[in-house]
Amino acid sequence: MSQLVFDPSKVMDIDYTQRTEYLDGLEAIKAAHKVLKEITYTPSLPDKGYTNRTLYVNVGTHEITEKPVTQQMKDVFIGGRGFGLYHLWNAVKSTTRWNDPENEIIISPGPVAGMTQYAGTGKSLVVSLSPQTDIPIDSNVGGFYGPLLKFSGFDALELQGKSDKDIILFIDGVKGIIRIEEAPTDPVDSHVLAEVLTHMYAENEKDLPNISVVSTGAAAEHSLIGMLNFSFYDRRRKCVRFKQAGRGGIGTVFRDKRIRALVVRGPKVAGDLNHPADPETIAKTGIKFHKEMRENDGTQCMMRRNGTAHIVEIMDAYDLLPVHNFQYGSHPDVHKIDSSYWQQRCTQHTVDGCWYGCSMACAKGADGLVLKTGPYKGDMVTVDGPEYENAAGLGSNCGVFDPDYLLELNFYCDTYGICTITYGTLTAFVMECYQRGILNKERTGGLEMTWGNAEADLEMMHQMARGEGFGKIAGLGVKKMKEHFIKQGWGDPQLINDIGMENKGLEYSQYMSKESLAQQGGYALTNKGPQHDEAWLIFMDMVNKQLPTFEDKAEALYYFPLFRTWFGLNGFCKLPWNDVVPADNSSQPEAHKVPEHVQNYVDLFSATTGVKIDKEELILQSAKVYNFQRVFNIRMGKGLRLHDAAPYRSLGPVTKEEYESRAERYDQQIITEMGLDPAGKTTEEKMALHRQWRTDRFSKLMDSVYTRRGWTLDGVPTLARLEELGLDAFPEVVDVVKQHL
Amino acid sequence: MILVNEEPLNWHEGMTVRDVLRARNYRFPMLVIHVNDTLVQKKDYDTATIPDGAVVKVIHLISGG
Repeated sequence: MSQLVFDPSKVMDIDYTQRTEYLDGLEAIKAAHKVLKEITYTPSLPDKGYTNRTLYVNVGTHEITEKPVTQQMKDVFIGGRGFGLYHLWNAVKSTTRWNDPENEIIISPGPVAGMTQYAGTGKSLVVSLSPQTDIPIDSNVGGFYGPLLKFSGFDALELQGKSDKDIILFIDGVKGIIRIEEAPTDPVDSHVLAEVLTHMYAENEKDLPNISVVSTGAAAEHSLIGMLNFSFYDRRRKCVRFKQAGRGGIGTVFRDKRIRALVVRGPKVAGDLNHPADPETIAKTGIKFHKEMRENDGTQCMMRRNGTAHIVEIMDAYDLLPVHNFQYGSHPDVHKIDSSYWQQRCTQHTVDGCWYGCSMACAKGADGLVLKTGPYKGDMVTVDGPEYENAAGLGSNCGVFDPDYLLELNFYCDTYGICTITYGTLTAFVMECYQRGILNKERTGGLEMTWGNAEADLEMMHQMARGEGFGKIAGLGVKKMKEHFIKQGWGDPQLINDIGMENKGLEYSQYMSKESLAQQGGYALTNKGPQHDEAWLIFMDMVNKQLPTFEDKAEALYYFPLFRTWFGLNGFCKLPWNDVVPADNSSQPEAHKVPEHVQNYVDLFSATTGVKIDKEELILQSAKVYNFQRVFNIRMGKGLRLHDAAPYRSLGPVTKEEYESRAERYDQQIITEMGLDPAGKTTEEKMALHRQWRTDRFSKLMDSVYTRRGWTLDGVPTLARLEELGLDAFPEVVDVVKQHL
Repeated sequence: MILVNEEPLNWHEGMTVRDVLRARNYRFPMLVIHVNDTLVQKKDYDTATIPDGAVVKVIHLISGG
């Protein structure tokens, strides 16, 4: 029960300078590059957070154009995810699919991004039509690319078209050059490619931190779950590290366009580059937050020491850690992969952030990992993380509790360009199918996918990167694997559908939702699919009992998704909102919203842009983009009630063993919630009662949430709601909605 | 008997807030705790005693992700 205390003497003594380097072939790779198109432009810095122009690049035709940022774009879409959705809407038709040339990848940092006075201000948002869901996906990511793009003169980068050869897009924001280069011999995997390109485009040693590379890896070419790595240069370790835009397969779109990498060379970062309207307020707000971090973090989440991995043991203690494909919520071996171990394994001795000025500094580096498998076997590498999602997804959810194997899985996911969350959930599904006889050695091509078999797990990943064998099937994701297994007649279709943890085609992230109705909605009633960045309500609902009625849950599923959407419009990281709180937070009304931090965000936006807002206006800003995205989904043939359906594993116990592991709780619910007597009933009979009760209440939750959001019971925003939000100014948006009313 | 987040917990003489957290395995570090609608500060968790029949609310602030 006592909080973990950090003991510096236990940190492993690893010489991280002994890392394997990959620069030997740099000159030959550079010599093979061929300029396909080059233009010059006038670099500029932002004014009040905006550069007021975006960059359009067609990688097929080599068209390179600047576009103005209009006042309407700022008023309605703000930036970041909003700008991404706006550009994507204008680029595609309702019939466009992910691999059509008109699909775009848009990267936009948002008006606040790049600020260095407050924590968590280096984020950018990546938007595209997803190969997994066929609707827009948005993925937020740290690293330097987004802020350096803005400081090179652009509020967003639109990538459209398809190249017929591998290319690199280089933006030199110092010299004012934009160049498309053919890159015929560049390395494929991110940890090699980004190291080579960072050194290739930096003019000297001091210039290395001014370079950022966006790349993916071999698996993005052979799967639908490809991810993008955004690099940042670690001056202390003298190496390139990454943050990931993971969800939804944007890396797959990237490689389908034959983009090998994006490289930006920005100006040297300084505190005044964003040119805010009111720098004094920003400085004052930042100093207040940094003091809070310094004084409180050590007795709160210990983010500076543990990062998000601090909740591995917390989730385990509350029976919420996904174990064995979300069947169970805790495991006796979790201590092998919890933060007490990572404190020893992650070797930073100072703050370690993914953007300048972040005092939360939750990035972590595990150095000196010697790889046991794959094409880089024997190499010594630095691995970022693992963050909570990686430890839970690659670890407990698959029964892998060997920390070095977990790091190796994490490393290969990163360098191959695979989303760790997606990979964790799909592998857990494969393993459960194997354990239940839906899969066997013959069907997996010899892979023995039993719980905890990390070697088979890694081999499946290497196959995915090579586009071979069962790994290629796994790379289609859970939704398509379910369809494939059922088509082959390999098992009971209902069981396969129940245990495959996807909604809208996207895999669930790593929290157990079956005992929290609000979190079931927090996952399934989302725009892009089940990612916890819209709403994380498990404690409020299941532990605190703060949301007793459907209306209470609906209110939480109105407020929190909108509040959290706002981070992605502006370039903020979510973590400094509530992974540390002011010392007097507990005495504030609505302490769970962290009211002082909400006011900080209001102040930071107003002080950056000069547009005065309050906390109600903040929610309204998000509501415009959120509802626009919902209509976008409907335009693409999804976005209705039927598309919000959840797999039963996320709602309740699918199997006898799951029921019996929590029999006391479930039997009690039969008495108190259903008014029935469980005595004398078989487990199967009790499971059937639960299924009826749980699916009914999920349906009632949908009704309540849709009503609160101003949507019809089919999940369509009403015309009145569009008018309230000013979205009726877009006739195409109104037309889409009218077809469904 | 006391109620902790609406669920009953056996009470004993001298029971402190820390005892409740231990009994419920509430390990999350950021909590807001009220005993009979009175806020208990974190520094007092080891010493603040809980009367029989008390209503205890242990609000876990949202974290994660």
